[in-house]
Amino acid sequence: MWPEGLDAVTQAATAFTIMFGVIFPAISIGWIGSKAMEAIGRNPEASGGILTSMILVAALAEAIAIYALVVALAIKFVA
Amino acid sequence: MNLKAVKTPRGCLTLIFIVLAVGGLFAVGVLRPEARLPVISLAAEEIPIPFQDPVLHVPNTLPSTWLTMLILIGIGVAYRRSLRKEGPPSRFRVAVEGVAEGMLGFMQNAVGKKARIFFPLVATFFLFITISNWCGILPGFGSIGVYVAHHSEEAAATEEHAEEHGEELELIPFFRSANAHLSTTLALAVVSVAAAQYFGFKVLGAPYLNKYLNFKASSPKPDPATAKKGLEGIISKFARVVEILVNGIVGLLEIILEMLKVLPFSFRLFGNIFAGEVLLFVVSFLFAFIFPIIFLGLELFVGLIQGLIFAMLTLVFFSIATTSHHGDESHT
Repeated sequence: MWPEGLDAVTQAATAFTIMFGVIFPAISIGWIGSKAMEAIGRNPEASGGILTSMILVAALAEAIAIYALVVALAIKFVA
Repeated sequence: MNLKAVKTPRGCLTLIFIVLAVGGLFAVGVLRPEARLPVISLAAEEIPIPFQDPVLHVPNTLPSTWLTMLILIGIGVAYRRSLRKEGPPSRFRVAVEGVAEGMLGFMQNAVGKKARIFFPLVATFFLFITISNWCGILPGFGSIGVYVAHHSEEAAATEEHAEEHGEELELIPFFRSANAHLSTTLALAVVSVAAAQYFGFKVLGAPYLNKYLNFKASSPKPDPATAKKGLEGIISKFARVVEILVNGIVGLLEIILEMLKVLPFSFRLFGNIFAGEVLLFVVSFLFAFIFPIIFLGLELFVGLIQGLIFAMLTLVFFSIATTSHHGDESHT
């Protein structure tokens, strides 16, 4: 019933790690983007600085999702 | 489209060569259908150097690092030579100067006057990471290599099955994206954090240690003549002692926090680049012809952004390390 290769628990662990690990980073990046849009709307002149800060903070938030990905890959490939 | 160039003999030959090359690759791809998903390994593989018992462990990200270094040093040397030419500056020189000036302007916007001190290291981080990420999508990375017999461990344990299993061949590529190896990113992160401490000492001098050894309170020690007596005096002295202790412990924790910064730096870069590599492998395995162009574009973007992020975060940490903390105690 289970596919061959790694045993079922490892495969399930891989899938669930990445599944649950990206929920909160996704929400947070969306939140950052929306607040940045609001700020640009209020003050269009500062849009350059706001954009740069938004990209910086979004990359920091995305790093959390990347940690989840690295853990999932480590579970899958390092048994 | 300027098609006049094709009508010359040289243009004709070039066109025929391109058609033959692409057609040949197409034919090879179609006629050899044993498409194997490349072995995706989290750790960088060692290049098997012939006639060497593995004394030299050369991981396959090292040649990619050499390539990046070659490109950067080449650009530097070529710029140096173009400075000596007379006449109006060439386009190459204008481009290099434009890039450098753009980076310096960006840093001055972010940090102010100290940008000149930080510029060499931060610009190097940005250029090295971006160019090594972009080199990772050159053709040949991850695809040109040697096949090495890879005995699975169960086959080695039972001798009788060894011949029946056959040897599983594993492709060890000669080149692999330089930042897809945790050692590279760890080295960059350690240099970044160590340089922050160095700049802190260089700009602030010995008072930089006040950030870590911070056994101070927010109000000065009360004069014995004007001190409060009785219960109020005891409580206020006790509160002051507690405040000093807490500030001190938080200061010592800052040391640990500084060292912990190495981890997110390295894992962010490694995770992004390695995941991009895996994505490209899988997508090329699924449909090798026009479809991966989208993902190559994504890799270009991600490579640039990761270089930018690393450089910007490094700059921010340098700036924090070189700001003196005198303004913090006057809150209450």
